[in-house]
Amino acid sequence: MPGILLILILCAIAAAGYVMGRRKAATISGDDNRVLHSNKPFHGANVALAAFLSGVVALVASGVIRGVTGIADSANIMTTVLTLGAAAAAFYVTLGRITLDYRARNVTEQLVKGILIAAASVAILTTIGIVLSMVFETINFFNQYPMLDFFFGTNWTPRFQGDSDLGMLPLLWGTLYVSFIALMVAVPIGLFAAIYLAEYAGPRVRGIAKPLLEVLAGIPTIVYGLFALITVGPILRDYFAQPMGLGDSGSSVMTAGLVMGVMLIPFVSSLSDDIINAVPQAMRDGSYGIGATKSETVKQVVLPAALPGIVGAILLAASRAIGETMIVVLGAGAAARLSLNPFEAMTTVTVKIVSQLTGDTDFASPETLVAFALGITLFVITLGLNVLALYIVRKYREQYE
Amino acid sequence: MNDMRILERDVDTNTIKFAGRDVHVYYGETEAIKGIDVDIEDKTVTAFIGPSGCGKSTFLRCLNRMNDTIDVCRVTGKITLDGEDIYDRKVDPVQLRAKVGMVFQKPNPFPKSIYDNIAYGPRIHGLAKTKADLDDIVEQSLRRGAIWDEVKDRLDAPGTGLSGGQQQRLCIARAIATAPEVLLMDEPCSALDPIATAQVEELIDELRTNYSVVIVTHSMQQAARVSQKTAFFHLGDLVEFGPTNEIFTNPKDPRTESYITGRIG
Ligand SMILES: Nc1ncnc2c1ncn2[C@@H]1O[C@H](COP(=O)(O)OP(=O)(O)O)[C@@H](O)[C@H]1O
Ligand SMILES: [Mg+2]
Repeated sequence: MPGILLILILCAIAAAGYVMGRRKAATISGDDNRVLHSNKPFHGANVALAAFLSGVVALVASGVIRGVTGIADSANIMTTVLTLGAAAAAFYVTLGRITLDYRARNVTEQLVKGILIAAASVAILTTIGIVLSMVFETINFFNQYPMLDFFFGTNWTPRFQGDSDLGMLPLLWGTLYVSFIALMVAVPIGLFAAIYLAEYAGPRVRGIAKPLLEVLAGIPTIVYGLFALITVGPILRDYFAQPMGLGDSGSSVMTAGLVMGVMLIPFVSSLSDDIINAVPQAMRDGSYGIGATKSETVKQVVLPAALPGIVGAILLAASRAIGETMIVVLGAGAAARLSLNPFEAMTTVTVKIVSQLTGDTDFASPETLVAFALGITLFVITLGLNVLALYIVRKYREQYE
Repeated sequence: MNDMRILERDVDTNTIKFAGRDVHVYYGETEAIKGIDVDIEDKTVTAFIGPSGCGKSTFLRCLNRMNDTIDVCRVTGKITLDGEDIYDRKVDPVQLRAKVGMVFQKPNPFPKSIYDNIAYGPRIHGLAKTKADLDDIVEQSLRRGAIWDEVKDRLDAPGTGLSGGQQQRLCIARAIATAPEVLLMDEPCSALDPIATAQVEELIDELRTNYSVVIVTHSMQQAARVSQKTAFFHLGDLVEFGPTNEIFTNPKDPRTESYITGRIG
């Protein structure tokens, strides 16, 4: 029986459990809530949850058993029997337990809490799993390629016949250069937009502009990438790079940086707007009360008060810039190069991770495994930035408790 | 009511600082102040009392045009400061607020050092030519605010790190630093403990020698202790206005009497 059908059957059992649990509680109490320890819906929910959860646990467990023991369970017979059996047993036991004094309310609370904990753990455990799998591949890579050459090599020339130079610096340089340009665009514009929205805009403008900015944040980055490729790149090449003699490449660090900056504007402005709004009105009143103008108040009181939070927002934007891939693939090109000229094509860590893993790949060669080393490096960098950002933002929150 | 000491103070006839004539204030459609006439004297502490929501803060905020910062708020009628209409087109509310300082209910020091909190106003208004001038203004203001001795060794420490009472005196010193002629205080002690309250009250009494002080308070004892004139507000009306001891010992309006004897409020 297919898994999805099993889940549906479990749902049906749970529904039946709810109805029957409720009915039994009603019967034994003579439909008088005051003699029951727990209200009728709790008895119903208790049976339903117990049956459903036992079924799910059995379903997962039989999957694990199959994986570990290698039993061929082609028609899913074992799984079906285990799952439905566990659900039915739990159904029977919990239904049988219903008495006037049974503490169904407390048990249900515990079950609900358990479900919530399980959901939270799934997210955390997956993250740990991802990191672990990357760590193993990375260790594999460093067994075949010297660590120092990877971290400090200035040459990136992977060859599929082997004997590649896999120095990370040109890629890291590309990442940092593009991110830097993106932040130079996004931070001032995003911040000014946030100040306008938070301090100057009337409720009508704000009501329109803020959702609009947030919609911008939802545009898929591949769309920004296309914009970089067919519009921004050629314009920069024709009107800036070529006339100034800085090269004639359509894809360049500048193209990717500018477009990525535009992508980050709503991100920076939305976060900063929230943070500026969190500055207590009393602070502004104090400043106006002394005879400060609006811009003096913003510059000298509101922004300094919001600064730590804004720094946090900028760091979060930076970590997004560093991890961004699509815009760079389409905007910056694929040439690993250590150069200062912003109109030259360069590439970034993320782009190279993709290109090392696409096409014919052999998961034993350093040319492929290097992707994991790059990935974990990126992970550590962005994790560090995020931790720093969250720390700063939290510190700032405490200030106004 | 035993500790309601009403001091006999010589209420000398002072010049009029603020004069309000037929002042109405509207928040959108609702009328919060319903036509008030009032004369506030120089070098006097005037207390505004009344049940909450009766418009004390609203009227106080008319006097330095802080209501301008609220979009829906509209003020009609005439308010003059030293005979000049403060709602006249020519008057810049920003300059007015330098002349009419304000202290708020909750102490609101800026997230800056103690020194910069005080220096903020003088810097904005260009009151000091040199660093020495500015140092001098800061010291004088902190002395007037009766907090100099407590903070003189840590002027670089953040103002937000002081205790509540110290913060409020810092805010008073900050208001004094722009050399105002009038100080408006909106329940300046409501967030303070009794000791800090006593310190601030003592300070208010000293400030009277140089400034006209208007204080909103929900404590009748406080009004009795610090003010020479008292105005009783009720539902947007100014019910009674006169020398403090008369208001408290011999109220003319039955509403005033019910309020001070605790029957409304
Ligand atoms: N910003 C505002 N917007 C709308 N109505 C307000 C605002 N501030 C005060 N009010 C209303 O004006 C009336 C007077 O308020 P307020 O002056 O704060 O009273 P008080 O200081 O005497 O307690 C109240 O009814 C209050 O609801
Ligand atoms: Mg008030």
